[in-house]
Amino acid sequence: MDNLLVAENICKQFGNFTALNNVSINIPRESIFGLLGPNGAGKTTFIRIINQITMPDSGVVYLDGKPLHPNDVGHIGYLPEERGLYKSMKVGEQALYLARLKGLTKAEAKEQLDYWFTKLDIKHWWDKKIQELSKGMAQKVQFVITVLHRPKLLIFDEPFSGFDPVNADLIKNEILQLRNEGATILFSTHRMESVEELCDYMALIHESNKLLDGKVDDIKRAHKTNTFEVGMNPFNENELLAELNSNFKIKKAHFKSLSDDLKLNIQIKPNESPNDLLQYLITKSRVNHFVEVVPSVNDIFIKTVTKNE
Amino acid sequence: MNNLKLIIQREYLARVRNKTFIVMTFLSPLILVGMFSLIAYLSMLNNSETHTIAVKDDSGLFKGEFENKEEIDFVDVSSISLEDAKLLVKEKEYYGVLYIPNNQDNVALAKSILFFGKEAPSIGILRQIERTISKNLTTRELISRGLDISQIKAAEAQVDIRIENFQGERTSKMSNYIKMIFGGAAGYLLMMFIIIYGNMVMRSVIEEKTNRIIEIIISSVKPIQLMLGKIIGTSLAGITQFSIWVVLGTILLFVTSSLTGMNLMEAQPQMQDIEQVSNGEIQQLIIDITNLPILTLILSFLVYFIGGYFLYSAIYAAIGAAVDSETDTQQFMFPIILPLMLGIYVGFFSVIENPHGTVSTIFSMIPLTSPIVMLMRIPFGVPWYELAISVIILFVTNAGVVWLAAKIYRVGILMYGKKPTYKELYKWIKY
Repeated sequence: MDNLLVAENICKQFGNFTALNNVSINIPRESIFGLLGPNGAGKTTFIRIINQITMPDSGVVYLDGKPLHPNDVGHIGYLPEERGLYKSMKVGEQALYLARLKGLTKAEAKEQLDYWFTKLDIKHWWDKKIQELSKGMAQKVQFVITVLHRPKLLIFDEPFSGFDPVNADLIKNEILQLRNEGATILFSTHRMESVEELCDYMALIHESNKLLDGKVDDIKRAHKTNTFEVGMNPFNENELLAELNSNFKIKKAHFKSLSDDLKLNIQIKPNESPNDLLQYLITKSRVNHFVEVVPSVNDIFIKTVTKNE
Repeated sequence: MNNLKLIIQREYLARVRNKTFIVMTFLSPLILVGMFSLIAYLSMLNNSETHTIAVKDDSGLFKGEFENKEEIDFVDVSSISLEDAKLLVKEKEYYGVLYIPNNQDNVALAKSILFFGKEAPSIGILRQIERTISKNLTTRELISRGLDISQIKAAEAQVDIRIENFQGERTSKMSNYIKMIFGGAAGYLLMMFIIIYGNMVMRSVIEEKTNRIIEIIISSVKPIQLMLGKIIGTSLAGITQFSIWVVLGTILLFVTSSLTGMNLMEAQPQMQDIEQVSNGEIQQLIIDITNLPILTLILSFLVYFIGGYFLYSAIYAAIGAAVDSETDTQQFMFPIILPLMLGIYVGFFSVIENPHGTVSTIFSMIPLTSPIVMLMRIPFGVPWYELAISVIILFVTNAGVVWLAAKIYRVGILMYGKKPTYKELYKWIKY
């Protein structure tokens, strides 16, 4: 697998506090990579190391196969968790300044700004000061500034915190499009739903250690419990329950449905086939609902974290 | 390097476009000139006030000796009693009564003269009266001892010591005042500049922190680049402001002086108190000013300004990075102001007293005070090697302080919500 970013054995200490303990992470090219972890796990420190804001005590970060170089800032776009803009500076002037700090020439920056401002329909903001804009408007400008220089690697730290739903959706679609156009995206969050929706890969950091990483689907597969959620109208409920109880692990399930009398989570053994279960159930009831329970990232997260405590 | 240029440019424009900057730049000279005009006007008012002094001369020696001057009128009240004279003075609101008792012994008389007044008379007036009496009594005493007064007059030598330095340049007694004024002004200006623009640097750092833009910027540039860019950009704004002030101030001063009819040259001798200034000395004054090491002074002002300003604004930047809001800066302000004040006090007391004494020399070497103290010493002539040592110490310290400040800055800008202690700052340096 071709990785855009490889971080090898990163360690970082602040005084007596260990922020990162031997963390290695590979981010495949043109993927969306979710960096998960509770607050204070070390996500932001890791991201700051990639951005060369902080230097690691040991370990190397490779971008495109080469160790990170100060000039690489031009290949990285970073939207930090703590973000804002100069309040009394005009939007256009500010965007130009920040783009030029990333190494773009004035002409290039103007061209890109023109493209993005037109795309997001914010061209008329050019001469406004940030303090005249609403929070959501300022966030759009921030997003544009992050992606303006067409970086290979985009890093978003809690990108949706503070975004209103409309803007969050807009940004989500832009992120997906950027990935399709060839950008690699690193995504740091403690909000699991967004990982579920967007990420191809993920890594879990907890208390300075990486607990697991890999393809989101693989991780889910590894954590599946062969449990099926079933909703049915049994012909004889007591008889069915007794039989199921003796053959499978069952638990009451909770989901919304219109007509089901009995809702169960049924766990089969790894060598058993769900087809056999379904066939058996059909003889005993009218089956309305039969779904495999896929563990949510949230479940995996909680399970992994509690297991390691 | 390119990024540094961009940062300097932005910081400069941000400072210069600020409304307060514009207002201050164009209003300050007006306020300053207004203030000077007011002071000049008030002192003119004060001088034009005439005091009347009643003279009760029982000895009869001073008849006609007290000449009425611009600000003093003498009234002879020798014919009435002292008590009546006092009542009269109270009633007519005179300045006071000068009582000269009848005593044939000149020396005893000199010690028995009294002045009664509602309040203590001004030193200037008192000195004039004393001089008149002393001259009269001395002459009398000389005559009574049988000396020929005309002989003495003829023998009196008018002494005017000419002062020349070893290079053969002539100076005058006044030149020390001029040196004091020039040195003092330069030192004071430097202190104001450091405080005003150091604060600006600090506020700008805090602004970036509270706006939360800091992390976006330092993902593109190194923190030290941002810090240096900010310091340099702000200093350029300061230089711009002072240049405008100098130009505006000069224009306004000339305009007001021609409007009020006040002659700048005439105003000069007033500073000399009552000392007489002859025409020759005014010419000498101009020569003195041109004889000052002006070039050295200007050059060293620039050098010390750069050195001192960098030293202090690096500290200001570190403080700005360490705190979350301006109110939290108080605890760190005192250690900054202290050496600056010390420099000014050492300058005004020690340098003027003894420009090349131990205290002045030491403080013109200590980097935190050297910009101010050395600037005050320069007009008195400082050997080049002392200047060189002081400048070298200043710039070496500067490099060290900027390096330390950058370390605190680097950590501090990413810290939120904590009010750091000195201990924590020390820890940050070691990160």
